Amino acid sequence: MVSETLAHGSEHSQPRGILRWLLTTNHKEIGTLYLLLSLLMFFVGGTMALIVRAELFQPGMTFVVPEFFNQMTTMHGLIMVFGAIMPAFVGLANWLIPVQIGAPDMALPRLNNFSFWLLPVAFTILLSTLFMEGGGPNFGWTFYAPLSTTYAPPSTSFFILGMHLAGISSILGAINIIATILNLRTPKMRLMDMPLFVWTWLITAFLLIAVMPVLAGVITMMLLDINFGTSFFNAAGGGDPVLFQHLFWFFGHPEVYIMILPAFGIISAIVPTFARKRLFGYASMVYATASIALLSFVVWAHHMFTVGLPLTAQLFFMYSTMLIAVPTGVKVFNWIATLFRGSISFELPMLFALAFIVQFTIGGLSGVMLAIAPADFQYHDTYFVVAHFHYVLVPGAVFAILAAAYYWLPKWTGVYPNVKLGLAHFWLSVIGVNLTFFPMHFSGLAGMPRRIPDYALQFADFNVLSSIGGFLFGMSQLLFVAVVILCARKKGEKAPAQAWEGAEGLEWQLPSPAPLHTFDTPPEFIPERDSPSRH
Amino acid sequence: MHSLLLGSRWLLVLLGFLVTQVQAAAINTSSGWNMPTGVTGISQDIYSLHMIIFWICVAIALVVFGVMFWSLFVYRKSKGAKSAHFHENTTVEVIWTAIPLLILVAMAVPATGTLKQIYDSTEADMDILVTGYQWRWHYEYMEEDISFFSNLGTPQSQVLGEEDKGDFYLLEVDKPLVVPVGKKIRFLFTSNDVIHAWWVPDLAIKKDTIPGFINESWVVIDEPGTYRGQCAELCGQNHAFMPIEVKAVSQETYAAWLEEQREMAAAEAQGSQREWALDELLERGEGVYTTYCAACHQEDGSGMPPAFPALRGNPLVTGEEGYSKHIETVLYGRSGTSMPAYSDTLSVADIAAVITYERNAWGNDSGDRVQPTEISELLSDD
Repeated sequence: MVSETLAHGSEHSQPRGILRWLLTTNHKEIGTLYLLLSLLMFFVGGTMALIVRAELFQPGMTFVVPEFFNQMTTMHGLIMVFGAIMPAFVGLANWLIPVQIGAPDMALPRLNNFSFWLLPVAFTILLSTLFMEGGGPNFGWTFYAPLSTTYAPPSTSFFILGMHLAGISSILGAINIIATILNLRTPKMRLMDMPLFVWTWLITAFLLIAVMPVLAGVITMMLLDINFGTSFFNAAGGGDPVLFQHLFWFFGHPEVYIMILPAFGIISAIVPTFARKRLFGYASMVYATASIALLSFVVWAHHMFTVGLPLTAQLFFMYSTMLIAVPTGVKVFNWIATLFRGSISFELPMLFALAFIVQFTIGGLSGVMLAIAPADFQYHDTYFVVAHFHYVLVPGAVFAILAAAYYWLPKWTGVYPNVKLGLAHFWLSVIGVNLTFFPMHFSGLAGMPRRIPDYALQFADFNVLSSIGGFLFGMSQLLFVAVVILCARKKGEKAPAQAWEGAEGLEWQLPSPAPLHTFDTPPEFIPERDSPSRH
Repeated sequence: MHSLLLGSRWLLVLLGFLVTQVQAAAINTSSGWNMPTGVTGISQDIYSLHMIIFWICVAIALVVFGVMFWSLFVYRKSKGAKSAHFHENTTVEVIWTAIPLLILVAMAVPATGTLKQIYDSTEADMDILVTGYQWRWHYEYMEEDISFFSNLGTPQSQVLGEEDKGDFYLLEVDKPLVVPVGKKIRFLFTSNDVIHAWWVPDLAIKKDTIPGFINESWVVIDEPGTYRGQCAELCGQNHAFMPIEVKAVSQETYAAWLEEQREMAAAEAQGSQREWALDELLERGEGVYTTYCAACHQEDGSGMPPAFPALRGNPLVTGEEGYSKHIETVLYGRSGTSMPAYSDTLSVADIAAVITYERNAWGNDSGDRVQPTEISELLSDD
């Protein structure tokens, strides 16, 4: 199929309309599909977050009933993690990995098509549970048993099916990414010459292959408990509810890094471009990423400090968790060293990348606080935790995804994003996101538990701020949609091949917009170590 | 550069808004912004640990962001900055790997000490078994043969905004846990249904209550007072509505309270033997209904169909044929629905009273009287 495509060039007959998108095996089109699905899910999950924030705007049950509130917090988490952030990174991987390593396409194009189209099915099933009798999942995105088994609504089996499909999609996508990176690099590009985005995705893909089957296992055990009378997690039948948490977090903690490592790769591409200076400490960035990935397998029980682990386990997981701060710190220091003595300008992608560095660091530092097990007895399951992981995921991962969109949109569409809209989007997002999540540190420390639809009066003021910020942040994302639509309609300043003055990498040798088929023959690649201009 | 200035103007306006909002919050917030210091040695240790690590993190943030913003300011392209060509330095990498490692070790030492103390629940003076229920707490004084449920004390009308919210909205219970100061109390935690977590910030105890497991924790409270907390693990629809109230009292007051509890238990036992008048049953039944039933079936018996059926005009509750089925439902619950079994939760008098109330309130007017003895007989048949 691939050789046929190459032979016919861009003139081969292509199905039109919906069939084109259903049948496409082109990495750029599939990348676009992933990104659009992710954007749609971002708004679906975001709407749920705003329902939550509307209820929490003031004390009292004012807007929804507690049962529906729980469905909203649960679905918000599931949709954002599995529907918005992960597909966004897979979409970026699809678009960028082949063009960054000089490959004509992904290694397994049909598998690529299948991986994508599993997702709309998965999320249709997942969202349909909201309309079933007894409602959708209402047990939190971490779905702790036995609340999610013995005490779950009847729709839970559909939730499990949806998660299985999303999981299969991730595993297949990861296999494809590994096969592409290991086999299709242009000659002379060694692993240690690859752009960091490719590196971070290679490591992320291995994480996915390692942990998605664990998720599949744990939800299958749930399915058996619910429908076939087993008692994996049912204490009355000799089962163990804590086993669920061990299995879930053995998946769940690496999952957290799956959602942030590709972001590190994006920032490592953008910061050098606009500092006009080579990334500081390339090798240490690779090693730091790999260390974070390895450590992510031995820290899972820091999510379980209050379940009553023995003291030695508590100490082990506290120390191993604290260790993660070291390679993470190295990454932040390297970015700052890249800025140091650069020639810095502040285009849209750079603004998002710089905001990422600051806000991600705030989330990282509250992570260090949470690692301290005795203090975690006070932080655990409060809004302090909500503040922490949202700082890593929203002003962190989401900002990195937005930075990537602003950075590569000229390559994808051939026009620069609208600067005025982009700036408004940036500043409103920064204000909105910090207004939403910063006060949560205080409400959490003051004692507000997470996942409650109603709260004591002393938390009222912080919640007003968070709700105002949430709506501001949510509404400002519409500006991003406007930016994307303008680019897609080619309204805006035309971009040359080298869209950003200081950008490095094979993708900038391609015309803007990049044609459907690129690098039919492997491009010439001069490793940085051999390039005289860079030393 | 023009575009950046445009951005800065935006920023100033919004920053101004943010500052006024935060100031407003600071003035209005009666309770703190920070973790409470608490009233036990451990809670104070945890608080100091929290503050030390917080200030270390602030210092790190200041240094990192300081260097970052200084670089952003000084090396602007618009000011003619030319980029340097260096891109690696092993010495620097080693330094900024080693320094954080040392800081972490410095944090780990006191944390380890505190953790060891928290885990030493030996040589306790008394034991209290805490059992989580959907959605209430059950306390059992292991050495005293005293046990009771502790329910949300805030009326539903406050939750729904029909009435002004009290000072301890959602943090008050009908019957608090009473404990003596100065004694080492060991708490044992378990659950009857799903996982809950028993959390009282001032005591710095947060422990999951897990069905089939028994967790433990301990406390010595220094100061008499009322310490409030909440369930901290999502446990279903009324997760937000199962607060904790711990009343720490002097040892003399505690002894008197124990005596009072024993008398009440004796009176209760006697009560379940005798014949009750309709009015008596109705009065008690209304209280039980408000605490245990109204959250789902509503104060006026209208329910929230289809999940929570109406009791008003329900043939099960009004008609003669429904009589035994009604009692059975309250005692053993309805499998496959949210209706729990109350045979272990409520006393026979409570069960008799609430069924009587349901069969006579809101125009149901069946005139039925269910006696505690009838319930006792049914239960002893099993």
